[in-house]
Amino acid sequence: MSTSSARIWLLHAAVLLALLLAQPLLPEYHYVNVARILVLACYAVGYNVLLGYTGLMSLGHAMFFALGMYGAGLPVYYHGVGALPALALGVAASALGAALFGLIALRTRGVAFLIVTMMFGQAFHLTLLHFNVYTLGDQGFILSETIRTLDVAGAAFDLADSRVKYNAALGVFSVCLLASLLLVRSPVGRVLVAIRENEDRTRLLGYNTYLARLLALTVSGTIAGAAGATYALLFSYVGASFASILHSIYPLLWTLLGGAGTTLGPLLGTGLMFYLEIYARDLTTAYLVVVGAVLLVLVLWAPRGILGTLRDRKARWLP
Amino acid sequence: MGASRGGDESTSSSSQARRISRRGALKTGLAGAAAGAGLLTVGGIPAARAAGSDRPIRIGFQVHRTGIGAVYGRWYERTANAAAAYINELGGIAGRPVELVAEDDGTDPRRGAEVVEKLATREQVDFVYGTLFSHVVIGSAPRAGELKIPYFVVSEGYHVASGKLNRYVFQPGITDVRSQITAVAGWMMGNLGKKVAMIFPDYAFGYDHRDFLSAAVEAGGGTVTARIAIPPTETAYSKYFPRIPADTEVLYHVMVGPGVLTFVREMGEHFGSRRPAVFGFVDSLEGVPMTSPGLEFLDGTYLWEAMPRQAGQYDTPHERFYRERVGVGPDGASIRDPKDVSTYSHMFGCWETLFAIKEAVEQSGYRDPTPADRKALIETLEGFHGFNEGRSHPQGPKVFDGRLHQCFGQQFVSKVNAGKLEVVHRTAIEDSRYEPAADYTKMAL
Repeated sequence: MSTSSARIWLLHAAVLLALLLAQPLLPEYHYVNVARILVLACYAVGYNVLLGYTGLMSLGHAMFFALGMYGAGLPVYYHGVGALPALALGVAASALGAALFGLIALRTRGVAFLIVTMMFGQAFHLTLLHFNVYTLGDQGFILSETIRTLDVAGAAFDLADSRVKYNAALGVFSVCLLASLLLVRSPVGRVLVAIRENEDRTRLLGYNTYLARLLALTVSGTIAGAAGATYALLFSYVGASFASILHSIYPLLWTLLGGAGTTLGPLLGTGLMFYLEIYARDLTTAYLVVVGAVLLVLVLWAPRGILGTLRDRKARWLP
Repeated sequence: MGASRGGDESTSSSSQARRISRRGALKTGLAGAAAGAGLLTVGGIPAARAAGSDRPIRIGFQVHRTGIGAVYGRWYERTANAAAAYINELGGIAGRPVELVAEDDGTDPRRGAEVVEKLATREQVDFVYGTLFSHVVIGSAPRAGELKIPYFVVSEGYHVASGKLNRYVFQPGITDVRSQITAVAGWMMGNLGKKVAMIFPDYAFGYDHRDFLSAAVEAGGGTVTARIAIPPTETAYSKYFPRIPADTEVLYHVMVGPGVLTFVREMGEHFGSRRPAVFGFVDSLEGVPMTSPGLEFLDGTYLWEAMPRQAGQYDTPHERFYRERVGVGPDGASIRDPKDVSTYSHMFGCWETLFAIKEAVEQSGYRDPTPADRKALIETLEGFHGFNEGRSHPQGPKVFDGRLHQCFGQQFVSKVNAGKLEVVHRTAIEDSRYEPAADYTKMAL
């Protein structure tokens, strides 16, 4: 392993270790907030695979988040499926959905792709509302009583317990983060970056860029779905509002803030935006103005996001 | 229930013996202010002070300041602040001042759960209160249950009474949509006709109307001639009206959202002067001046109201007092801005819920947010049978079903006359009752 590789793996291990060891230091409020951030950061990690490394911007990613959420939630709600099988079903639903969506949507590029993602996302949102009889539509449904306990290797964990929430969220986040790191550092990841930089040239070199983009979209959607499934199971609520366009815009903002095309950027962006919103709300009801002002500053002076700028100026080894 | 409709007194009808002893205490100490306000259970004040507890009762107020619920949220906040100020004038809750800690949830269920988290763990409030929109309630309730913090919603949704939430969620200050429909359906069929066509929004709130009104119509020997669901994204409604059968006697409409003015105008253009009787829910028109252009067609039609917007239509001293304290003028608009119309049929729930909390705290002996005190409060509230009409419950007397964590009350039918809502019928509480489908008291705490 090269020095650069060792440094990269050490950095990621250190971040995950810090998150693990920080638990006793976190007050109750921040403890569960960080658990939420970790789940939402998974969503952003998935988004980053598509935007940051493949150069495809989506405004319909809430569809994949919601596919994972409903893929896990509906079997629990209607059939009392356990938490772990439900998580697997949620991930499978989003993977299948992302692959099928990619077969159609990846026939387009650029702005057309953006529009297609948005339209599919909206159509999916309305589908959830239309089939209200099964999905319970805009009101959504609660999973609390059916999945209180998570059984792992004979041990029972209460999902209502903050410690269980935190460690489960950290576990899922770790898997998603390391999977994205492995992907972007693999030969396939290099092809994705090449597509981001110049797809025509990449194709000219003999790579099947359609398949590579399809892979990126499927991985991205699967990770977003894992986040959705985890959110449903840990926070006990499934609702169509998670499929709205607002929830497609969030991961875009989180990723841009932290640094698109950096593996740790989504975590940083999600955490900062989460707390920025909270503290801005303490100051004013027009908190979105504060959030918007911060984003403007970012776009004007650090368009590559925080870690992207850091990589440009100080640490070019950052993945 | 021991409610007395015209009385000044306003207390829960449980714990009679305990209440009498507090009355004794009241006579010796706080007769003036409390008796003037009709709040005899304020007799809890000296006991609490004697125990040395001066910490404010902190109530987290989950408010829709932004998002789709902002119009409701603005009035909910005004009402809650007015109620808290009045309670503090009376000496607070169990002698302790009330402090509202408001937090915007953006009318978003994800944010709603985060607000409950923040209020409970960072702000260390005693209770969380005030949520309106159903999806926010359903998104927030699981976390409230996990944190084991009493969560008082003012939502009018059927979700509390349906039993699908948890033992920490209560709705003691506003009736639910099922009971509202059940109460007015009989009057509608008896006075307007039995062949009913329904137009409702194509989402959960509309489905509540569809399902519960259909059941009530069929139970009353009527027929539903059409059930027309309109997608939430719809902006033109003309194409739906031809689907209403010609023999329809009553058109029942519930259209919530910004499209309501267009809906009413197009309904008027479609039917002209040969329209069926029209009955709707004022939810569609909360915050909207009845004199708005396009609403002329509603003249002569009927609307459900939980509390009459127009002053003098339910003329009690309690209602007048409440209206003045919240700052609502005779036409239902803010006294400061005639264009700022209130959500009068919903916001009273914030006022009444705060007083229900007050009574539960005082009768349970609740002092601190400990598991034991919260258990006592919940069990005490579950033992309540209702609330008498008074300044603390100006909408009218309430029956409280502890199994359902839900109150039941009177409803009003108003006729639109030259841009004003005039009450033509007031239902009895019994008209709104239905067979309970849940029993929260059997759930573990």
